Amino acid sequence: MAEIVIRDLRKEFGAFTAVRSSSFTVKDGEFFMLLGPSGCGKTTTLRMIAGLELPTSGQIFIDGEEVSQKPASRRDIAMVFQMFALYPHMNVRRNISYPLVSQGMPRAQVAAKVAEVARLLGIEGILDRPVGGLSGGDRQRVALGRAIVRDPAAFMMDEPLGALDAEFRERMAEELRALHDRMRATTVYVTHDQLEAMQMGDRIVVMNHGVIEQFGTPREIYDRPATLFVAEFIGSPPMNLLRFEGTVAAGEDSVSVGGATLRVPRQHGPAAGRLVLGVRPEHVRLTDAGPLRGRVVATEYLGTTQIVTLATPLGDIKARIASSEMVPRAGEAVGIDVVPQTVTLFDAGTGRALPSALHEPGAAHG
Amino acid sequence: MAEVSLTGLTKRFGATVALDGVTLTVPDGAFVVLLGPTGAGKTTTLRLVAGLERPDAGTIAIAGRDVGTETPAQRDVAMVFQQYSLYPHMTVRENLAFPLRSPVLRIAEDEIARQVGQVAEVLRIAHKLDNRATALSGGEMQRVSIGRALVRRPAIYLMDEPLSSLDAKLRADLRIELKRIQADLGATLLYVTHDQIEAMTMATHVGVLDRGRLVQMGSPRAVYENPVSATVAARLGLPRINLLPAGLFGGAPARAATIGLRPEHVALGPDAPDGRAATVRRVEHLGDQTRLHLDCDGHAIVTLTDPRGAPAPGSTLQIRPLNPLWFDAAGARIA
Repeated sequence: MAEIVIRDLRKEFGAFTAVRSSSFTVKDGEFFMLLGPSGCGKTTTLRMIAGLELPTSGQIFIDGEEVSQKPASRRDIAMVFQMFALYPHMNVRRNISYPLVSQGMPRAQVAAKVAEVARLLGIEGILDRPVGGLSGGDRQRVALGRAIVRDPAAFMMDEPLGALDAEFRERMAEELRALHDRMRATTVYVTHDQLEAMQMGDRIVVMNHGVIEQFGTPREIYDRPATLFVAEFIGSPPMNLLRFEGTVAAGEDSVSVGGATLRVPRQHGPAAGRLVLGVRPEHVRLTDAGPLRGRVVATEYLGTTQIVTLATPLGDIKARIASSEMVPRAGEAVGIDVVPQTVTLFDAGTGRALPSALHEPGAAHG
Repeated sequence: MAEVSLTGLTKRFGATVALDGVTLTVPDGAFVVLLGPTGAGKTTTLRLVAGLERPDAGTIAIAGRDVGTETPAQRDVAMVFQQYSLYPHMTVRENLAFPLRSPVLRIAEDEIARQVGQVAEVLRIAHKLDNRATALSGGEMQRVSIGRALVRRPAIYLMDEPLSSLDAKLRADLRIELKRIQADLGATLLYVTHDQIEAMTMATHVGVLDRGRLVQMGSPRAVYENPVSATVAARLGLPRINLLPAGLFGGAPARAATIGLRPEHVALGPDAPDGRAATVRRVEHLGDQTRLHLDCDGHAIVTLTDPRGAPAPGSTLQIRPLNPLWFDAAGARIA
């Protein structure tokens, strides 16, 4: 088991900077997510922790030991990739036992370890099958088994569920998290799927263009996005962002947006110019008394809830409401309000959230 | 646009029965989504309607006309595939105009230009009309291939997972777009997918296919709220419905083997004073919903709760079913 500390980590590929000055700590036993779009530097960060890439500068500590320039084989880390790299000519048992056999572990001990891991993963029944005929899920379980069997200090997982279809991915995500809850091994997990990160992670680092945008628990990142990028990247549908020109005075708890006055959390500092009001779809209310006016464009039924798309002078707004609630038909005019304490105001220029009762200074960056 | 009826449609590939006596009607102007896992017979159904395969039994009627002996071209259908297939040496404009330039149609050039312009507007690719097809992003290419189907006014559009190769954001945008286009044009659409969100959000009618059989057809809400079997119940809804032994909470009707509880149909804590004890294993804050993973007598149950005041992992609370669905040993709905 291990704590991983990343300090000022930087990686350049020629003129391209993949990771700029990242610092964060993965606590012992944590399921830690590196989340971001393709090209954001998340996989490069993971590969540097694993020792598959050497950083241009910065330090990596695993349980207090600085390992940034050490080879992968000396870091006691197991990698799990998206493409299940199994030995095709070996059966399941030999695939899982391979890392132990190559370490020279006595045969009886290997057999006991493999049996234990197979039980943990629920694959006792397929141990003697060739890996060629296995389903995608079983192949991924075998790949996990091969990583687990070594008892490494930490696991590095690079989109391990990316190759599975949507329905099965959901099931494997639950399985993987339940496995983590039993083993409590430090895990760093790379994904571009925000729902996967929210669902499985204890804490999340959101990256974009090689920079850490925000760092926190799924709930902090969802409820208090530190930047416009995070607000748009997390949530499905994402946060509604209403762009407007306006001013905010210190201590105020309302803001004038295109003529409508909306209540917001108490603001700490003055701000003026191009601003953005961010509100999550589930915090938008359809009410005749609402200060904003809109017209229903579409309603999407989702079972538990439904998403209503509204056209307003400030742009489209999506509302998530209970599917038991009556929805006006497409084309009808409605009043719109927001749940005040959930609103985030952003500076459009810097892209950063304005400090407020919701965004206490210093709290936003984890 | 026209009504399309399938009657007793059966298709075998060697020993495999891909489609087993499927009877369904796509009403004129309807958006019918066939939902099912890989191998359920979704794509086979589309290919039979398109005329790309011949059925072993059953009939297909388009606008009341039996099309059994007609070629794909004679059937007046337009198909969109999962993988966009554009002519790479042509511009977007030429790709869109191509189906209209068919000598059989004899459409004047200015009329072609008008229709292409209109479709490009609808799909928001008007600014890319003079780009080479290969110079587009994946999402744009798929919009052009949908556009190429739309410029024709066929009896029915057949779409085979057209959004599955796109990223999540674009998929969400195109879902609304496609629904709007269909409603505006009054188009008849038969659309297959394994994505329940696409089925729920776009369909006027959802048909659930399971191993070659059509097991239920109805509005998304009707299928979600009133599934005919445990299989159908598990196909719609996220998180999935909890399927548990019928006796877990008592009150099971005769012959019931399984109780089905949607995550929103589990009463918790103060709302379930006479309920069963369950342990909280894990709390997931997904933002728009908070999921509780519970253990009740060794059975895993997922439910939803208010993010404020969510119980802590390890704590115990009482749970009770609300509006349960009951299934017999074969999985058929009995109450």
